[in-house]
Amino acid sequence: MNFKLNNPETDGVELLTDKGISRRRFLIGSAGAGAGLLVGFAVSHKLLAGVINGDEATFIPNAFIRISTSGDVTLIVSKAEMGQSVYTSLPMLIAEELEVELDKVTLEHAPADDSKYADPILGAQVTGASTSIRGAWEPLRQAGAVAREVLIAAAAKEWSVNASECYAENGVVKLTNSDRQFTYGELAEKAASMPVPEKVTLKKPEDFKLIGKPIKRLDGKEKGNGTAHYGIDVDLPDMKIATIAMTPILGGKVKKLNTPKAKAIKGVVEVIDMGDSVAVIATDMWTAKQGIAALEIEWTHDKFKPQNMEDIIAELDKASKTGSGTAKAVIARNDGDFSKAYSEASDTFEAVYQMPFLAHSPIEPMNATALVQKDRCDIWAGTQVPTIAQGHAAEITGLPASQIFVHNHQIGGAFGRRLDVDFIDQAVRIAKQVNYPVKLVWTREEDMQNDVYRPYYYDHLKAGLNDKGEPVAWHHRVTGASIMLRWIPSLVKDGLDTDAVELAQNPFYAPENILVDYVRQETNGMRPGWWRGVGATHNAFMVESFIDELAHRASVDPVTYRRNLLKHHPRALGVLELCAKKVDWGKKLPANHGLGISVFEGFGTYLAQVAEVKVEDDEVKVIRVVAAVDCGMVINPNHVVAQIEGGIVYGLTAALWGEITIENGVINQKNFDTYQLLRMNQLPNIEVHLVKSAEAPGGIGEPGTAGIAPAVTNAIYAASKKRIRELPVSKHLDAY
Amino acid sequence: MIELKVNGKPYQLDVAEDMPILWALRDVIKLTGTKFGCGAALCGACTIHLDGTPTRSCVTPVSYAQGKNITTIESIGETEVGQKLQNAWHELDVVQCGYCQSGQIMSAAALLSNNKSPSDEDIDNAMSGNVCRCGTYSRIREAIKQAAKA
Repeated sequence: MNFKLNNPETDGVELLTDKGISRRRFLIGSAGAGAGLLVGFAVSHKLLAGVINGDEATFIPNAFIRISTSGDVTLIVSKAEMGQSVYTSLPMLIAEELEVELDKVTLEHAPADDSKYADPILGAQVTGASTSIRGAWEPLRQAGAVAREVLIAAAAKEWSVNASECYAENGVVKLTNSDRQFTYGELAEKAASMPVPEKVTLKKPEDFKLIGKPIKRLDGKEKGNGTAHYGIDVDLPDMKIATIAMTPILGGKVKKLNTPKAKAIKGVVEVIDMGDSVAVIATDMWTAKQGIAALEIEWTHDKFKPQNMEDIIAELDKASKTGSGTAKAVIARNDGDFSKAYSEASDTFEAVYQMPFLAHSPIEPMNATALVQKDRCDIWAGTQVPTIAQGHAAEITGLPASQIFVHNHQIGGAFGRRLDVDFIDQAVRIAKQVNYPVKLVWTREEDMQNDVYRPYYYDHLKAGLNDKGEPVAWHHRVTGASIMLRWIPSLVKDGLDTDAVELAQNPFYAPENILVDYVRQETNGMRPGWWRGVGATHNAFMVESFIDELAHRASVDPVTYRRNLLKHHPRALGVLELCAKKVDWGKKLPANHGLGISVFEGFGTYLAQVAEVKVEDDEVKVIRVVAAVDCGMVINPNHVVAQIEGGIVYGLTAALWGEITIENGVINQKNFDTYQLLRMNQLPNIEVHLVKSAEAPGGIGEPGTAGIAPAVTNAIYAASKKRIRELPVSKHLDAY
Repeated sequence: MIELKVNGKPYQLDVAEDMPILWALRDVIKLTGTKFGCGAALCGACTIHLDGTPTRSCVTPVSYAQGKNITTIESIGETEVGQKLQNAWHELDVVQCGYCQSGQIMSAAALLSNNKSPSDEDIDNAMSGNVCRCGTYSRIREAIKQAAKA
């Protein structure tokens, strides 16, 4: 296989010896020799095409396709690969229209540049919210098609024929009814001077050669033989390695620091007091860790009174009850008249559901490498937000953003954690103080204790019911911290965090009278962060738990109850029916077994999941999970299934055991012995069924995580009549 | 001086005796296929073989490896079992982020070297020390079975 993912840290790095002094010179971007065709597009709503012919030796890659005269095809991937297979699916979209063989292309990480690589849905170069395929679906195919049409036009001109007599296939333009052909390499230089077509026609789905096929991951082999290159694997000439001790309570400061013992360790190079943390730079990670252990640090925390879980939950409870927390309740939706319908209802029901703080815990701990020079700063890291990292580094160094170069890497798991750049900021702050590259690596303990945590949610749901037990009045009050206010305050209008009420605002089951409001309650010392499945993970648990309770209250089978309320949601009904059928819902189960279902829409994807559990002697085992997915058009069925399988494992881990707790302001969990992750011996049998659909593609990285918790707790109820309203399950039953 | 034999090659390292093998491999010898995950033998990302025995390199000092053969992910493909596993991994498209997979394959290779047709329980026992946060477990299990049959 001719596949090669460029090594970003060696790309463009050249060592020169100048008058005996070792000097480092960085060439920007990769420079292919000779003229070539470069087609550049912003992945934006508007196609910005341009054919550029010039001296490529100084050209910074700013496009998705590069074809050299030697025939090399390079596809530039603007999204971070963190397991979700964008390094395969995005090239598939381009290659489908460009008519090149995927095993002959080279991939390159895009540089940080919102103007060229902004996600059309998110408006910035961000990998998150399951938008990659949804956003790139049209523009990347157009990018491939335009390039193909230009190559065809160049060949037609050479042959003095009409372009309609030519066609492209496997990197070659051919003339119909003849054996004449040109390779793309042979056409590259000529194509560069051709006009760009204003309109291109995309293939019909029936003509797809790649889309819809179970193409294997392009980065699969590298990840199976140890050669895949992650941020933590960066190695540069003269590089040193740092690790860090951070304030145990957010907002704390270094009060006293004694360094002689650390500095006396052989291999320790420097100790850097950063005010809110202390870094030790050494020849290797082990020595740096020894250095940290030898430091005597005294911290001050005078920003706020350190809290315990009881205080935090009491605060949330009060905020929920009074409608006043850090901020007053804001209305997300108010249709009809909830109060009137509720007071007139023949029956009412209410419940409070709680979800704990969660850490992300990707297996690759946070790390970043930086080199700050007089006129430029280079960053090597795996990040979901290269342009945010760039902006922060510009602020820290005082350099213009154009002189901050972010070299993105394969990511050893992110799940939302690498939407924050705190660890990159630290690397830049450290590197600013020395004249060599520094790789900062967090220990697992620092990683777990300095996460941006999924907020604790404390939601109160109330329903007025008709005589069939179906809701006629619905009130969902969400209470918790605002991720958006911390992360993207510009999108918070009138205090409403739309992520906090995602899915709560539009439940399938919404009656005419529905009130949804949000009470913001921040927790001191906790930074709220995006966590796989985001708002949907939170509210799928709330809504699907509540609706299940209503079904049981009405003495109606939970699938039948949902079916009756999903009449106007055909795609939701479709996955519900498929899932129920595949699991043979209603069949007789062994004693102490139970089935639970959840159904929701998130990220443009409809998903139903059924969990089968066994509950015995206060112990629960999740035996089987069946998922039915309607994500619209499927780009790669193999990877859609993989994302659902993996999403279920990630969500199930949290549902069963996930919980970050605080004692006197300090996070209790330090490593995987106290923050339990699901292991091979605990894996349920997972089946994923896909609905054939011609709808536009939906996101697939997150839905699997979002729907699993309620499926499991609903199954626990079916098996044992124990209703779990407070996650994780392990607070109530031993999960194994 | 610590003398190590890694993937058949001898190395002389000027490092402390208590340095875990992981950091000698990654930071000194510059073999980065072996991964750091937890530093406490809880996740298995750092799994190597010491004379064929799967070992968590993040808590095993270099002094313990002297006189033993260290095998890492970089050379496991040269063994028959390693090759079969890597082929099966590719066939079933096991990996996602891939970060834990070096350790997974090293644990699986040790299992298949001693047990030519492992049961599900054998696989559970051999593999439950290796965490995969992306949740590729069912494919790992299938790939081990496929490699065993190959």
